[in-house]
Amino acid sequence: MDGFIDGFGVVLEPANLLYCLIGVVIGMLIGVLPGLGPAATIAILLPITYGVPPVSAIIMLAGIFYGAQYGGTITSVLLRLPGEASSVVTVFDGFALAKQGRAGTALGIAAIGSFIGGTVSIIGLTLVAPVVAGVALDFGPPEYAALSLFGVLLVATVGNGGWLKAVIAAGVGLLLATVGRDTFTGASRFTFDSLNLADGIDFVPIAMGLFGLGEILYNLEERHHKLQTPAAVANVWPSRADLRQARGAIGRGSVIGFVLGVLPGGGATLSSLVAYAVEKRRSKQPERFGRGAVEGVAAPETANNAAATSSFIPLLTLGIPANATMALMFGALLIQGIPPGPQLVSEHPDLFWGVINSMYLGNILLLIMSIPLVGLFVKILKVRPAVLAPITVLITLLGVYTVANQVFDIFLVIVFGVLGYLMKKLGFEPGPLVLAFVLGSVMETAVRQSLLIFGGNPAGFFTRPISGTVLVALIIVLALPAVRALVRRQKERV
Amino acid sequence: MSFDAEALQAELAEDRPPHGGPWSQLGAAVVAGAVGVAGLIGSVTLGLGRLTQPGPGLWPFVVCVVVTVLSIALALVGRHGTDTEKFSRASVQTAVAVLTLLIFAAVLPLIGFEIPSLLLTFVWLRFLGKESWVSSVAISVGTVAAFYVLFVLLLQIPLPRLI
Repeated sequence: MDGFIDGFGVVLEPANLLYCLIGVVIGMLIGVLPGLGPAATIAILLPITYGVPPVSAIIMLAGIFYGAQYGGTITSVLLRLPGEASSVVTVFDGFALAKQGRAGTALGIAAIGSFIGGTVSIIGLTLVAPVVAGVALDFGPPEYAALSLFGVLLVATVGNGGWLKAVIAAGVGLLLATVGRDTFTGASRFTFDSLNLADGIDFVPIAMGLFGLGEILYNLEERHHKLQTPAAVANVWPSRADLRQARGAIGRGSVIGFVLGVLPGGGATLSSLVAYAVEKRRSKQPERFGRGAVEGVAAPETANNAAATSSFIPLLTLGIPANATMALMFGALLIQGIPPGPQLVSEHPDLFWGVINSMYLGNILLLIMSIPLVGLFVKILKVRPAVLAPITVLITLLGVYTVANQVFDIFLVIVFGVLGYLMKKLGFEPGPLVLAFVLGSVMETAVRQSLLIFGGNPAGFFTRPISGTVLVALIIVLALPAVRALVRRQKERV
Repeated sequence: MSFDAEALQAELAEDRPPHGGPWSQLGAAVVAGAVGVAGLIGSVTLGLGRLTQPGPGLWPFVVCVVVTVLSIALALVGRHGTDTEKFSRASVQTAVAVLTLLIFAAVLPLIGFEIPSLLLTFVWLRFLGKESWVSSVAISVGTVAAFYVLFVLLLQIPLPRLI
């Protein structure tokens, strides 16, 4: 409990307040702008975090992540253009409301729902995280091997796109992580006698290339809709009747978002879809959905914020990132010399509680800013992507150079940028690759240490209660879609 | 999801170029498979060791087996997938963009960051972004000036530079 209270002291330091504010403002901006998502932005800003104290850096990056969930709503409602994947379903009822001249109601409900969802999730995080971390302190290499495998495979299979391609991408990520000196034997692996590769490939150029530059190159081939004239925003405060109608949706959305956010591969997008579907199914008049139902905005917007927050739990307690953005947070922590894991609560309580408590504050800032600043954000939408692209490219290239003052890193970013572009063109998601790369060395070390423990018998993973349970759960989750397809085919035959 | 998410997804995707057809799927599978096979050869050369005493190549070997097997599966079953995008004339633009980036990286250590940055932003604005001459010049000069103030004067980061 002391840590929790001290955490507020950390957040209220003026510098951290400032970084929190910068983070949520940047987050809202990029949430509004279609194209660059939170993962790309965090990747591009990684070099900045070198010069910033760890707590401030993570507070800012976290702010970008949950701030983007707020921003994505604005374009969904006003322009029928989801700024983020997690706001896609908000379009249905959000834009319908805007057409009825009730854009303000939609934005107001979304902001309130987001605030409540985020706050419920932070309270959950506050209560659950230390407990999970406590349990995880007893984990040995076999548990870590099983958990990291679980994380990588689940993210790969739950994500959009074909699971075959996603798992291949994850495999390539694991392979890239082996480049450099083998910590066990000292042998140089896949370095092609290059001094630049002797210590392995750095996380920063990979993340900046695949997420940042790759995204920019992909967007160069204009695939965005022409912007419609935004609907006028009049009264942003929802009426009491609206609030009463949205109450249940906000409550259920918070819980759905919290639970799905914790699961690997779950996260904001999935939870917004599920929350919307649940409300529609529960409703006595499902036909209202898509025609301006307040619940249809409240549920997904609440859930995506709750999920964005709760997805920090596996990262901060187990050191296993639950999605691509959390993989970037993992990398950012490593840059600061802080390995995320169960020991984080006891060894870096200022960081653990500082970051969690900054979210309370960040959500309040977002609630305060989102409603009056709507007009400003709509103006920002008029900035053409053609102007933004070269500026972000320059930030990326010069940024990666400043990390180690090496031109080689610029070339690496370009190589991974092209890879990221090609992957997107060919239907591969870069997310699983980055996630697998981040977990690669943890996973390899854990597997090899486990093999030593088990005397070379891989069956040993199934004999330990926790690693065995995790692996069996993984097999069930992976087999489920196949079994379901089989059953369906049987039924069709009958 | 059973609701009209699919209809919306379809509408949002309408600006995406048509999918690349079976050849691009096959190409993707072949490239991924080649990475897997090259990795397999590399791992064996490194030495696999034994399960009781894993060598440096054992872990990459296991990973490459997975990559290779899945790439073969992709080549066999994935041909009818529609998740690829056709390379169009716009893709040529992307290639040009990459070329400008490579030139930027090559000349940066030789003549400092100012001129390459100015040219890079200008080319992207005027030719890739189809901005007007005036705004291209103004924005590129403004951007580089802002970078100079931020990186050199304020943050004092040792960028290679002319001035």
